[in-house]
Amino acid sequence: MYPQILFGNRKPDRITTLSEYRQNGGYQGLEKAVKESRSEEVRQIIFDAVLRGRGGAAFPMGSKMTTVPDNAPYPRYVVCNADEMEPGTFKDRVLIHADPHQLIEGMALAGYGIGAEKGIIFIRPEYEGAARILEREIDLAKEKGFIGKGVFGSGFSFDLNVHRSGGRYICGEGTALLNALSGNRPNPKKPPPHPTEIGLWGQPTLLQNVETLSCVPHVVRHGAEWFKSLALTPGSAGTKIFCVSGKVNRPGCYELPMGVKLSEVIETHAGGMLPGSTFKACLPGGASTAYITEKFYHIEMDYDTLKKAGHRLGTAAVMVFDQQTCMVGATLNLVEFFSRESCGWCTPCREGIPYIRDLLYRIETGQGERSFMTMITTMCRHLWNAYCAFAPGAATVVESLFKEFEDEVVAHIEEKRCPFKDK
Amino acid sequence: MFSEELKVELTRKVQTSEHPRELLVDIIFKIQDRYGYLDDESLELVAGLLNMDPLEIEQIATFYTFVFREPVGKYVIHVCDSVMCWLMGGETLREFLCRSLNIQMGETTPDGLFTLLPVCCIGYCDRAPAILVNKKVYGHLTPEKLEQLLEELKSGARKETEDHLE
Repeated sequence: MYPQILFGNRKPDRITTLSEYRQNGGYQGLEKAVKESRSEEVRQIIFDAVLRGRGGAAFPMGSKMTTVPDNAPYPRYVVCNADEMEPGTFKDRVLIHADPHQLIEGMALAGYGIGAEKGIIFIRPEYEGAARILEREIDLAKEKGFIGKGVFGSGFSFDLNVHRSGGRYICGEGTALLNALSGNRPNPKKPPPHPTEIGLWGQPTLLQNVETLSCVPHVVRHGAEWFKSLALTPGSAGTKIFCVSGKVNRPGCYELPMGVKLSEVIETHAGGMLPGSTFKACLPGGASTAYITEKFYHIEMDYDTLKKAGHRLGTAAVMVFDQQTCMVGATLNLVEFFSRESCGWCTPCREGIPYIRDLLYRIETGQGERSFMTMITTMCRHLWNAYCAFAPGAATVVESLFKEFEDEVVAHIEEKRCPFKDK
Repeated sequence: MFSEELKVELTRKVQTSEHPRELLVDIIFKIQDRYGYLDDESLELVAGLLNMDPLEIEQIATFYTFVFREPVGKYVIHVCDSVMCWLMGGETLREFLCRSLNIQMGETTPDGLFTLLPVCCIGYCDRAPAILVNKKVYGHLTPEKLEQLLEELKSGARKETEDHLE
């Protein structure tokens, strides 16, 4: 059993109350920071801890905070991205249901670090339960003076609100999220300017994922060296919540050290493959990552190791497929998702993804031709010209289908049917 | 006719907000809670409240999965069709729902009880295959469990609950 940091207070059947959180050291980091530390000290700890964004992009939070200049205008904002819509990902929901005050404290600390006195949690409508928990717990924290006006009697105030999304995958993209918050159609904007310079309502805005912000109280309380020592691989830091789903015995969220082996995640923590199933492939971090096959079954799951192997940790949503899964069918499903969720703003994404979807559908249903593979590959290259990371995400999974499972694609075309159906 | 009381409530909300536009989705949800969907009259009213062009509201409203521009049933069933639910048998559930309610995806039953809509990954992959009924999740589903759920909803034995906190 590895140390449980983010899940330290997790209960099997209910949330952690404010008093329980407080008893276990909660809000101590915030109290100490607002009373004794300068804001740049908080920024420095987060920087030194190499806390990288857990929402998929892996950008170091400390570096992001330093891009808010000292003389930046007020008000400044901290926005929490709880829009978690990456297929296979459900860690933010579990984190909020397990220990909401961890996130609230993390947001207040992030706010203190950049001089922001207003925080907003942007949450997807499917997580109505989590939204209500947060609203209730925010009120409780305000009553106690832990957030709100004059945090712990200091001169720092932190107002926090929950904002419900209307529900659309693209809202999870940072710039699109800020558009959604401002009551605009949530199209991504291509930086610069970055939101830390010109963000919500034109003001400096720090945008972070739920899991990243939940790490902050622990980092501030125990220090950067401690946080780095949690990881198993050199250069990595902290723990990671792995959401495992698919053909395993115990799908769920597991907090494990950064750098844990993929095989260990699946076999030890997720209870191994279902009876009768053998591992064929997995997506290591959501729909926008490439398939990992047996070749990398023992790979260390951290940002750098995966990157070196040509992969991405993404959100660490490990979706496991077995030998009975048709990979063309799985990829078709993912491409249909991208096709439906594209915001339609730029041409490569709007036109390119449905084009690929159509050709893959024909291959899957036995109407494919060899030439389709070249056409799809060419179109995937066009997708990389899109405005935001959405279309490249779709291209990644299709390209990895052709790389890892070309024989399966060819079998569909030659047999003029899906080899996994009607056997 | 739009309720005067709701109009007053929404106006007050707008007047006390520093950035009224940020209330757009909240206001639409409040209207949907009352009327089920955002009809043309309400859309015009929201445009007036927020000093926005009705066309702009329309393009935002039609963009979101949880904003309805047409009447929906008492129970809106969102069927997750993303990859983990697909892998764990989601297609069977969808076919079962269409067959037993005798409607296609995107349609509402003639008695106004059920609407079926597809939705992308709802973040309950650990309980796949899963659906939402009025935003409440039901996971680890089989056609048998789904049949029982539909019966309970039809007979009123299961109220669509406020119990979101589990």
